[in-house]
Formats: sequence, structure tokens, C-alpha cells
Amino acid sequence: MRKEGLGHEFKKNKALFAMILPAFLLVLIMQYLPMSGMVLAFKAYRYDRGVFGSDWNGIANFRYLFASGTGWLITRNTILYNLLNLITSQLLAVVIAIFICEINNMIFKKVTQTVILLPYFISWVVVGVFVYSIFNYETGLINGMITSTGGEPINFYGWPGIWPVIICCFNSWKWTGYNSVIYIAAIMGIDGEINEAAEIDGANIFQRIWSITIPSIRPTLITMILLQVGRILRGDFEMFYQIVGNNGQLYNATDVIDTYVFRSLITNPDIGVTAAATFYQSVLCFAIIMIVNSVVKHIDEDYALF
Amino acid sequence: MPARKIKLSTSSKVFYVICYTVVALMAIICLIPFILLISGSFTSEQFIRFHGYSLLPGEFSTEAYKIIFKTPQRIIRAYGVSIMITVIGTFLGLLLTSMTAYVISRKDFKYRNWFSFFFYFTTLFNGGMVSTYIFYIQYLNLKDSYLALILPMMFNVFYLLIMRTFVSSIPHALIEAAKIDGAGEWRIFFTIILPLLKSGLATIGLFLALGYWNDWYNAMLYLNTETKYPLQYMLYAIQQQTQALASIASQAGIQVQNLPSSSLKLAMAVVATGPIVIVYPFVQKYFVAGITIGSVKG
Repeated sequence: MRKEGLGHEFKKNKALFAMILPAFLLVLIMQYLPMSGMVLAFKAYRYDRGVFGSDWNGIANFRYLFASGTGWLITRNTILYNLLNLITSQLLAVVIAIFICEINNMIFKKVTQTVILLPYFISWVVVGVFVYSIFNYETGLINGMITSTGGEPINFYGWPGIWPVIICCFNSWKWTGYNSVIYIAAIMGIDGEINEAAEIDGANIFQRIWSITIPSIRPTLITMILLQVGRILRGDFEMFYQIVGNNGQLYNATDVIDTYVFRSLITNPDIGVTAAATFYQSVLCFAIIMIVNSVVKHIDEDYALF
Repeated sequence: MPARKIKLSTSSKVFYVICYTVVALMAIICLIPFILLISGSFTSEQFIRFHGYSLLPGEFSTEAYKIIFKTPQRIIRAYGVSIMITVIGTFLGLLLTSMTAYVISRKDFKYRNWFSFFFYFTTLFNGGMVSTYIFYIQYLNLKDSYLALILPMMFNVFYLLIMRTFVSSIPHALIEAAKIDGAGEWRIFFTIILPLLKSGLATIGLFLALGYWNDWYNAMLYLNTETKYPLQYMLYAIQQQTQALASIASQAGIQVQNLPSSSLKLAMAVVATGPIVIVYPFVQKYFVAGITIGSVKG
């Protein structure tokens, strides 16, 4: 039945099928076929034998990953960083969006909005250069200021505890503009008459923001949080790699699943264990998205992602 | 709103003071690294070694730029690679995205939902870095190939959803009318749909181009040959390797220890970032439009 339908449909819409074919093939080859490589997580990989010729070794790779403690450490780091970054960057974006919308001076509004979005356009490599030129021991901006006032320079690269703060700051620095654009769009969607009516009724500006602006951006905020929660086990590799680099002293404090995987992929011939880490990440991520989405759907259909 | 200027209550005054201060502070924070970068690149090496980087050049010098432009081959080549990758990738990406968005928007196309799901699923689940890397290298032979820079970023579901929004604003009656006039599907797409998608193409094209221009990750994973490096990855390599700096020194005919490496690193970053910062104000509105549309769940 279905086959007949497809054949008929294909004849009828040959051109449409042809138009979608390139993207279909690209996604099939570049995204779906590599998924077969996930079997590596259960194999003792040998390059000469390839992915499918290598021997199976059950769950030995997973056992090794978690027995060594690395699995737990990178999972914990990934989740904590994502939570920290989620809260700080969304909060800051909401505040900035509300403030920008209240600004009456058009030039000030335009210039600040442009400047705040600028970091989104900069590659993480350049952000890495920023971090280095601000925090490095010999010539960094901060240490330059400290020594010029007679203080002792701080060795940031030997102080793991400060890096969550630095990473969080640069994450917000890069994304606040982008996220605030989204919230500004939501605020602009408010009917102007509601605000006018509130003003006539004697509501002050704080009351207006609290009971009109904030409720109106709630759906957007929830969507943004859901999207981020769905990625809670995915570290932003480009950010971590450029900000921290291959700095062994900082691994305990800054290693996330993605940086661990990359480093192992490059340096460690034992790809099975690394594959186990990504397998675990992909599967768990998928499970989290499905669970969160169905819970949200259950509570309020409108907020579900799909 | 001039009406508000008449009389501001105390609470409003307090609010506006906080509001303007916070926004201005945020803008300054966003700018500081750029100022540091430019200032550092124009500071003499001597000064940086003694005092560190600073927000104003303590001792003005164009030494770093002189060295870069003395032997610009390396940068010109990296620029060339980046431009090539960006142009090819953006062009093909636009073609694929617009065709696909058009097809899945066609209500009379029976399998549109099946295809939509096929694409959307990749945002929920993927093979992860290891299987992808091994697959690309062993089975697709992408090691050290420019294709490794172009193909992975060519098609993106997020852009597809944005483009679909643009496509769905075109009335279906237009397609019907063209069909009655005897136009084939390809003709309808290229002569009627594409011209109406101009702002959508501009928006997605800019997103694609920015992605390609700023990409260093694929270059790091897949490229071995230094002459193939795109701009951002070359910049990264220079930040990392004193070796790369040494080769610049020898090309410029000076000794390594005389090389102004601290300012040179920043000058390189300026040269690599300059075009984006200069172009950005002119294309900002397209990005804002794209981000706004993308945030409205498709």
C-alpha cells in the first residue's frame, strides 16, 4: 500500500523529490551514516580493521571510563558549567533586553545594541586571544595593572578555582547580545496600549515591568531554557578549548565531555573508551530531551518543543 | 515618546539611571577586549614586556604590522582559503536550504512531514564526535580535504526552519497560477520563488558565511597541510606555536628573540577579525531578523 503510494507520489512530484534530494543525501551521509560508528563504544578499535572489523568487547569501554573516575568528573563538570552558563547568560539577556526596550534615546539604544551583539560575530579563536591577553602571567592586562600598583602578579593558569568564573563571564559576554535580541522581539510583541493603560492607571515603571513585560517574555524564556536543558550534557567545545586550551593543571576544574573526547581522540589510540564517552553523551542527551519534552507537554502543551 | 518627558516620577528617574548605567556598562564590557586587542597590537614589544598589555598603547609602535605586511603571503593565502570556503559553502548551502525549505513548505507534497522529521531528528540525536570523525576519515576520505571544511556546515536545520518561515509567507496561489500557465516545478522555483526569497537568502547567507568564516574546528580536526589552513585556524596556530612565529621571523629577516611576538599575536587577531567588525554594522539587521525568526519555534 505505502510503496504504491510512494511510487505514485514520486511520479507526480519528480521535480520536488529532485529538489530535496541533495539535502537528503548530504544529511544522510554526513549525519546518519556516521551514527553507525557508535558501535565503536562496544569494540576494541583497530585502525587497520576499521570500525566494523574490530572485535567486540562488551561494556569494557564504559567500565574503564567510569572506573577511572574520568566519566563522572567530566559529566559533573559539563552539567555544572551548563547550568551556571544557562542561568547567568539568560538572566543577563533578560535584564539587558528589558532595559534596552525602555530606553528612549534612539541613538544610545542603537549604538549599545550594536555593540552588545558584536561579540556574537567573533570567532572563539579571537576570544581565546582576549582571554590570554587579559589573564596571562607575564604580560596580561590584569597582572600589568597589579604590578604597576606594586602588587604581586596572580598566576591565573595555576588557579583552577577561578576558571568557572572566567568561563561563565566569557560565555555571557559572547551570548548576551544574541539572546537579548530574542527577548527584545518578545517584548516588542506586547501591545503598546496595555502599557499606556497601565500608566494611566498610575502604575509606575517597576510595576509595569513586573506585571506586563516579564509575563510576556515567559514563554520565550521557557523555550530557551528547555533548549539549553536538552543540551545539558553537551559542552561548548569551541569555547572551552579556546579559553582553557591544553592546560593540564586546569583539567579537573574545566574538562567537559567534549574537550575530554577531543583530547583523547587526538592523543589516545584507545578510541573505544572515547567512543564510549560520546555514546553515553548522545544517548543520555536524547533521553533527556524526550523526557523533558514529554513532561512539559503534559503540563502545558504550548511550551513543548515538538 | 515625548509624552514621558513632561514629568518623571522619582521611581522613573531611579529606573532610568539604573537602566542607562547597566546598558552602558554592558556595552563597555563588550568593547573592552577589542580595545585591548587594538591597543596591544600597536604597542611596542619593549613596553609590553615590562608593563603588560594595556587599554591604551603605552608606547606606540607599528612594528607588528610592518612584519605582517612584509611577508603577507601566509595571510593572503589563508584569506584566500577562507574566502573560497565561505563563498562555495554559502552558495551551495543557500541552494540546498532554499530548495529544501520550499519542498517541505509545499502543502501538496505528501512526504513533507516525513522529510521534516528526517532533518529535525539530527538536532535531537547525533553520532557524536568520535564516530563522526572516524567515519569522515576512514569512509569518506575527508582527511586533509577542503570538503571537510565545506560539507559539515553546509546544511543546518536551524537555517532550514528560518527559511521555511520566509517561504511560507509566499502565497500558494502564486504557485498555482504559474502551474496553470504551464510553468514546470524548476521554473517556478527559480523564477518565481527565489526572487521573492531575497531577504531570506540574505539572512541565511549571512549566517552561513559567518559560520564558515569563523570556523577553525573542522580545520583543526581534518587538515594536516599548513598551506590549506583557513584564516581562523592559521590565527590559532600562530597563537600556539612559537615555531610558526619563528618562521615568520626568518621570512622577515630578523632574529626570533627580536620578534615582537606579544604584539604580533594581537596584530594577527586584528587582521583576521577586521573584516567582520567593519562589515558587521551594515548586515546587523539581517542577523537580528534571523535570530528573531529562529526563536519563534518552527
